[in-house]
Amino acid sequence: MDFLDLLTSTSARALAFSTPLLWAALGEIYAERAGVVNLGVEGMMILGAVAGFIVGQTSGSPLLGLVLAAGVGGVAALVHAFIAVTLRANQYVSGLALTIFGLGLSGLLGREWVGQPLVNSMTFVTVPVLSEVPVLGPVLFTDQYLLTYAGLVAAALLWFVLHHTRLGMTLRTVGEAPVAADVAGINVMAVRYGAVAFGGVMAGIAGAYLSVAYRPSWGEGMTNGMGWIALAMAIFALWDPLRAVGAAFLFGAFFTLSFRLQNVFPPELLTLMPYVFTIVALTLVALGKGARSFGAPAALGQPYQRGER
Amino acid sequence: MPFRRRFVYSDRVEATSFSSEPHSKAPLLSMRDITKRFPGVVANDRVSFEVRAGEVHALLGENGAGKTTLMNILYGLYHPDEGDVYLSGEPVRLVSPRDAMKRGIGLVAQHFHLARRHTVAENIALGLPDTPMLFPTRALERRLTELGERYGLAVDPKARIWQLSPGEQQRVEILKALVQGAKILILDEPTSVLTPQEADRLFAVVRQMRADGEAVIFISHKLDEVMEIADTITVLRKGRVEGTLKRSEANPSKLARLMVGRDVANPERKVASPSEESVVRLVGVWCKNARGVDALKDLSFEVRHGEILGVAGVAGNGQGELIEILTGLRKPTHGRIALDGGDITPLGVKGLFEAGVAHIPEDRNHIGIVPSMSVAENLVLRQYRYKPFAKGMLLDWSAVTGFVQDAIKGYEIATPSKDTIARLLSGGNVQKLILARELSGEPKLVVASHPTYGLDVSATALTHRLLLEQRERGAGVLLVSEDLEELMKLSDRIMVLFSGRVMGVVESTEADRERLGLMMAGVQEQGLQKHQDLSVTEMGI
Amino acid sequence: MSLLERLGYRLEQRPVPPGRVVFLVTVGAIVAALIVTGIIFSLFGVNPFYAYATIAERTLFNFRGFTEVVRKSIPLLLAGVGLVLAFRAQFWNIGAEGQILAGAVAATGLALFVPLPVWLMIPGMFLAGFLAGGLWGLVPAYLKVRLGVNEIITTLMLNYVALYIVRWLINGPWKGASATGFSYSDKFDRAIWLPTVGTTRLHWPTLLLGLVLALFVALLLSRMQLGFEIRMMGQSPEAARYAGVNFLRTTLILVLFSAGAAGLAGVGEVAGIHHRLIEPNSISLGYGYTAIIVALLARGSPLAAILSALFMGLVFASGDIMKVALRLPFQITGVINGLILMFVICAEPFLRYRLVRLSAEHRRGLNGRGVESAD
Repeated sequence: MDFLDLLTSTSARALAFSTPLLWAALGEIYAERAGVVNLGVEGMMILGAVAGFIVGQTSGSPLLGLVLAAGVGGVAALVHAFIAVTLRANQYVSGLALTIFGLGLSGLLGREWVGQPLVNSMTFVTVPVLSEVPVLGPVLFTDQYLLTYAGLVAAALLWFVLHHTRLGMTLRTVGEAPVAADVAGINVMAVRYGAVAFGGVMAGIAGAYLSVAYRPSWGEGMTNGMGWIALAMAIFALWDPLRAVGAAFLFGAFFTLSFRLQNVFPPELLTLMPYVFTIVALTLVALGKGARSFGAPAALGQPYQRGER
Repeated sequence: MPFRRRFVYSDRVEATSFSSEPHSKAPLLSMRDITKRFPGVVANDRVSFEVRAGEVHALLGENGAGKTTLMNILYGLYHPDEGDVYLSGEPVRLVSPRDAMKRGIGLVAQHFHLARRHTVAENIALGLPDTPMLFPTRALERRLTELGERYGLAVDPKARIWQLSPGEQQRVEILKALVQGAKILILDEPTSVLTPQEADRLFAVVRQMRADGEAVIFISHKLDEVMEIADTITVLRKGRVEGTLKRSEANPSKLARLMVGRDVANPERKVASPSEESVVRLVGVWCKNARGVDALKDLSFEVRHGEILGVAGVAGNGQGELIEILTGLRKPTHGRIALDGGDITPLGVKGLFEAGVAHIPEDRNHIGIVPSMSVAENLVLRQYRYKPFAKGMLLDWSAVTGFVQDAIKGYEIATPSKDTIARLLSGGNVQKLILARELSGEPKLVVASHPTYGLDVSATALTHRLLLEQRERGAGVLLVSEDLEELMKLSDRIMVLFSGRVMGVVESTEADRERLGLMMAGVQEQGLQKHQDLSVTEMGI
Repeated sequence: MSLLERLGYRLEQRPVPPGRVVFLVTVGAIVAALIVTGIIFSLFGVNPFYAYATIAERTLFNFRGFTEVVRKSIPLLLAGVGLVLAFRAQFWNIGAEGQILAGAVAATGLALFVPLPVWLMIPGMFLAGFLAGGLWGLVPAYLKVRLGVNEIITTLMLNYVALYIVRWLINGPWKGASATGFSYSDKFDRAIWLPTVGTTRLHWPTLLLGLVLALFVALLLSRMQLGFEIRMMGQSPEAARYAGVNFLRTTLILVLFSAGAAGLAGVGEVAGIHHRLIEPNSISLGYGYTAIIVALLARGSPLAAILSALFMGLVFASGDIMKVALRLPFQITGVINGLILMFVICAEPFLRYRLVRLSAEHRRGLNGRGVESAD
């Protein structure tokens, strides 16, 4: 029975920890499915976190903070879209610039808010009836934030949209064969702008989850590389929203488990485990068979320009 | 403007060609005085031509004559600098492919506009205005099956594009245009990916469309197929219309003269004198392609000294992998390769280059050169590690300069200077650069892949001459080409590949299109056993 | 017809932007970033002209201030030149930060625990730091060439790994005897501190190393076979494979140099300034990330990296002045870094295209279609 308790409590914590990774990774998956890499996830997340906290603290409404954070993430992503899609500059550099800029700006904006506890943070939600289900109840439906549930629903929804709607088909074509999309009358630029902005909104929400729910406070650099891990997860999940749920949970579980080893290992060495695990996970995916032939969208990272010689 | 000898699109031609046509008066499509300039070139210079319903109209011209530019204008991808397009007598401005499609113009491009990882139905649903938001391909799949049967274009709507052969992918493109209600269908070099037999099947589809009152624009540089399928032929050269003729008025030599501007001389090919000694010999070679599927299966053949061995086959039947294993870019999984009797199977690119294998790659602009490096650097792209260019770990650029100046002169590479970046050279000059680099070391074996694809007449002639010179010097040449004419003109023997196997090897004097075509479609020739029975011990390795 | 064409101009692709244009466009981007920074200054109630004048006075026109600029540009130069080399091969090493820390750890380990003769100690620390930094880069390099694992993510992840390893060391096994509140290692023996210029903190041996490295990489790229291979790999991997370049060997060597250079920077920081292993964010103030900007500003030229490293060193040094003299939050430097990078990429189209005046004939042709069919 003890073991089962350990399992359910670890799983529940893993789910809570995996939520921001899932949101950010879902957004990046959509952006990359449209053919645009955005290395600015970390920057958009931290901007979302600081915006969410400041608005949440001044208005007293964490929900308002969350909404604004989504907007801030989206606007930051549009900058990347402008540079990567319209100017057709190097997407890697543009995303990096966004991350460096986001880390700098969030530090500047948040410097007076460091260390304050959020007056009203998001509260746990326990789903009635479902939380009574054995095993799954305590793991999934007890004391989680609304965003955790919403993330799981979003993943399912985004999977359906990607594979079974016209919108998803359009998005995939833009990332696979932009010429085919253009010839079919699809505005490749517009779809890419939309997908990148959507990725920013999701990253903003992911950041705000940290600052208004999971750890209701603001600290400089509080995303601590999660944006980069989310980028790795998009690859690890082979650009599929449902697989991203599994990848995020695996990650959360790993992180939570390594915390349980605190009395055996020094905490610093435990903290670095998720980063090592990211490298291991990417290596395993690369070793797997599917990655090379069914991996990245074919036009990923390539700016599109009509063939006017 | 000086007087130029060319057929002008004149009233006389119109009167004689079209007055007897039974169709309506206004042509379905008319392009008038279309001019399109790109930096440094005039791709189309006041081009005019007309197409009527129920007509197959061929646009004939060499690569670079402006055919594709003209069609891209008609398809709304480019906008003309001058001139107008009329559909059924109405002037129209085609702003995008979508716009062109709405007006009933469909294009089957040379490089297919298909998402490889998507299904056939998904690719087609994408461009349709009535595709539903949810489950976009369900209804379409049934419709495609019906349409496919009607035109003999059967293809599984649920198949993914990468699973289809080039011929099947072309059918998808045609279906796409038909589903969108194209009244004018443009086929851009449609037979380049087909076997002669598949091409016949395509022609049947085209005739069916003509019978249904569709207009078909057939773009090609091959005289014989134009003579076979077209009702009217417009010849383009260097962006200008050289003449428009009815098929009854045309004959191949007349068309060739219009197309090239002068009589075409065949390269002088001295009588065969290949020795019995083989330069390179493959025994039981297998290899896998990038996807891990067997691409070459039990391949055995040899190229002799002083011989050009042509390799024919529909694209994607193992030619690419054959070239890769001969040049060290890919390792065979089984079998042996010997060069002048020595085992070269385990050697990589560097080792094979040192052993005397020259490689003239298919994609000359991306593989044969580093586009952003200078002409000089590109000329030593493969020999920089050896004397006299290498001095210890350093490079001796002054030694390079001497070599480069000789090469530019000797191979007539037109470049402003040796420091010009290679991207700025024309296709012909890039090929000369590659030939200069690869042939300078007097190789034992020259592996050439589509060496004249997309080149103009003079560069083609030079390439042919240089390959024949290598043959006369005693080197072996392996020539892969999609152009059967070229293969029959240059080769001593022609080997046909199908699905990674040798279907037969014939003396080029005994080769004809029918025979090669059958083999390209997978019919194995008799008397092949001799080659395949070669055993490893016989090779002495 | 576009607006430009109506005005009689057209955008044309430039084959190769001349060096002068590259320099002017880069300077223009920096100026634009500084103008935006000036607006930020005024938002904080500081006159931007006064702010820039103060910064200039205390960095460029003050000996001690200038030595601080140069001191901060040392790690940027070493790491930046390394990144120039990696970026030339299209190897996106974002891991200089971790490689700096790896170098610092190796130097500390040698200084504290290996009994070498004193005269061997300084070269020994640099060698150990070079190798440790290099090894830190080799894992991503191997994974990229062999398995196609994205090196951006792996090098970045290793930054965090290095950071936590340093924290563990100074809190655990290497914790100094005198460390109470803050954690740090024992101090190095004074005899093995790097010499400095006078009483400043300018550890000149590291600076010299950086300049030599820049010259060496310039030579490597222009005159050595290895450099030719690196450029081929970066400019056209397909052509490099066709030419017979050994990707694994070449990549491993170049990453060893690239990451090793960052390792040297780490040695300089601990042996030249702190003289002990301290909190990782104090060893490297984000030098590894800023080195990316240094390399991109240098646009592939190791010699230009000397200039861009000095400039970014100036930005770093001005952070202190903002805090002390102008009472501005030092976090503004982070924003400046981001802005410079943003403007530099936004300026890229100026390098790729130029405005060309249309020919008189063409302009007439646009106004009245087909008017002049005078033949």
